[in-house]
Amino acid sequence: MPAESVSTRPSRSGGSLGLTLVLSEITVLFRRLRTWAMIGALALIPILIAVVVRVSSDTSGSGRGPAFLNSITQNGLFVSLTALTVAIPLFLPLTIGVVAGDTIAGEANLGTLRYLLVAPAGRIRLLLVKYAGAALFCFVATLTVVVTGAIIGALLFPVGPVTLLSGDTVGIGGYFVRLLLLALYVTVSLLGLSAIGLFISTLTTIPVGAMAATAALAAVAQILGALPQLEWLHPWLFTNYWLGFADLLREPIVWTSFADNALLQLGYIAVFGALAYGRFSTRDVLS
Amino acid sequence: MSTTDFAIRTRGLTKVFGRQAAVGGIDLAVPRGTVFGFLGPNGSGKTTTIRMLLGLATATSGEIDLLDGEMPRDARAVLPRVGALVEGPAIYPFLSGRANLRRFDAADRHTSPSTRTARVDAALERVGLGHAANKRAHAYSLGMKQRLGIANALLAPRDLLILDEPTNGLDPQGTREVRHLIRSLSDDGTTIFVSSHLLAEVEQMCSMIAVMSAGRLVAQGTLDELRDEGTARVRITTPDPLEARRVLLGLGLAPEVHGRDDVVTAQLSVPGLLPETVNTALVRAEVRVRGFEASGASLEDRFVALTGEGFDVAG
Ligand SMILES: Nc1ncnc2c1ncn2[C@@H]1O[C@H](COP(=O)(O)OP(=O)(O)OP(=O)(O)O)[C@@H](O)[C@H]1O
Ligand SMILES: [Mg+2]
Repeated sequence: MPAESVSTRPSRSGGSLGLTLVLSEITVLFRRLRTWAMIGALALIPILIAVVVRVSSDTSGSGRGPAFLNSITQNGLFVSLTALTVAIPLFLPLTIGVVAGDTIAGEANLGTLRYLLVAPAGRIRLLLVKYAGAALFCFVATLTVVVTGAIIGALLFPVGPVTLLSGDTVGIGGYFVRLLLLALYVTVSLLGLSAIGLFISTLTTIPVGAMAATAALAAVAQILGALPQLEWLHPWLFTNYWLGFADLLREPIVWTSFADNALLQLGYIAVFGALAYGRFSTRDVLS
Repeated sequence: MSTTDFAIRTRGLTKVFGRQAAVGGIDLAVPRGTVFGFLGPNGSGKTTTIRMLLGLATATSGEIDLLDGEMPRDARAVLPRVGALVEGPAIYPFLSGRANLRRFDAADRHTSPSTRTARVDAALERVGLGHAANKRAHAYSLGMKQRLGIANALLAPRDLLILDEPTNGLDPQGTREVRHLIRSLSDDGTTIFVSSHLLAEVEQMCSMIAVMSAGRLVAQGTLDELRDEGTARVRITTPDPLEARRVLLGLGLAPEVHGRDDVVTAQLSVPGLLPETVNTALVRAEVRVRGFEASGASLEDRFVALTGEGFDVAG
């Protein structure tokens, strides 16, 4: 029997906070063509809106269409706002569904999950890292719509001080602060859905299934939210405050919907995070 | 031997899928420092066992000691010292080979980021992928992916390597290099647990083996021990095969006649029966013997005897 081998492993210092894995997760996420295709598609929304309004601006003004649409011709800064209103119900949840639904199921499908776990990444740590990646994507996706909207708006329309919903006027600087707050609001709005997607992703090894299920749930929640008969249910739907960002456009800013929204999303994160942990910590990895 | 003399030790390890016991209560004992072959036909439960050893799947019952810990309880302490290839390699197709390895290395919170580049490059060189390191992994051939999977197991110095069919898909040079690699790692003191369904391969690399069949461990020991447990056989070349057969039957054997070559073979399955006794009996019966050959049991005979003759996978 040979003597017990003396371990010559490298020093155990760096990266013990697990930040390296977060960085790696972000790198992998943003090295995928798919991620950039989705971001590109999101950027197209404000561009499309701005160009269409610009080309047909003479005949506008019927009062129909998405909120803020008619304000664009007077001030290009409203392009971001209009684009967000259009993207929130369908397009943003779709992209979040793809990213959040892919988190665990995608790794299981590739088989890379077993090598991450054997490394060992740690199951809880991997869940947290995956969720952090999805949350970052929510922010990047939202910011893409906002920033592209601001740029294309400035290119095609006059920009200047903006009249808020409360009738007050803020300068361009003040308006950009509001836009950033808006992006934060929408990001927070999507965190609950991301947690749901993470949980669904632990249930399967077929990423497309998890993606579709997550996006479908966002649609179902919005349909339920549109039915007045289910009024009692509405405060519990994760989509309830999705379009409630108007309060950020008043002077002074009314924070109640931001706070209510954050609390609701936190609840969803807690519940579905716990479910995801419960499922993933005991699951056999057989792919 | 105390438990710490073993790199892997299981007691009654069992995994049930639905109603089928994929692994049915096995007691593995892999001494430290050995190259240990884990042999068995398709579907016999090798990969399932390895998944349980590494904490990927929970055992239905039984215990696992891995290095100085117990799995899955001590996974965090033990797994950084274990390199593994399980059920073939897995890759991110949109990343380069190098980026793939960096990713897996980053997953282990104990590895040092400052040495990552050097360690990844060393692992790539070791499996001969140095020149293809920056190629997207989806463009890798089967054997290149397999090499990448082996490189992943070698990212850090390990005390134990668990390799599930490491030569799968490799060309002859690749197979030979893997054999050399395993030998040199073993010389450095690493314990190597390698599964295979190729007997010849295991025979060349390993000093000890365990044989699985339909979820059970049917043999375990050194190669010589396993050979000795087998029965010797005789091979007779004769123009009178039918007479020879009758004589052998009379001795209580179960001869087989291979007509075209005038060859009769038989396992010496009767205890105490020696080859020379068989020869004497043939001569007494005036069987014309052109050639007589007695051989010890080949490991292959032993393997087939242990795991069954048929081609069909045990369901
Ligand atoms: N996820 C699963 N669900 C149900 N049964 C499974 C699963 N994985 C494996 N099995 C069953 O467990 C048994 C052992 O499979 P395992 O993969 O461990 O075999 P193996 O020895 O590795 O075979 P091979 O040489 O083909 O790799 C097989 O009968 C198989 O059908
Ligand atoms: Mg297998």
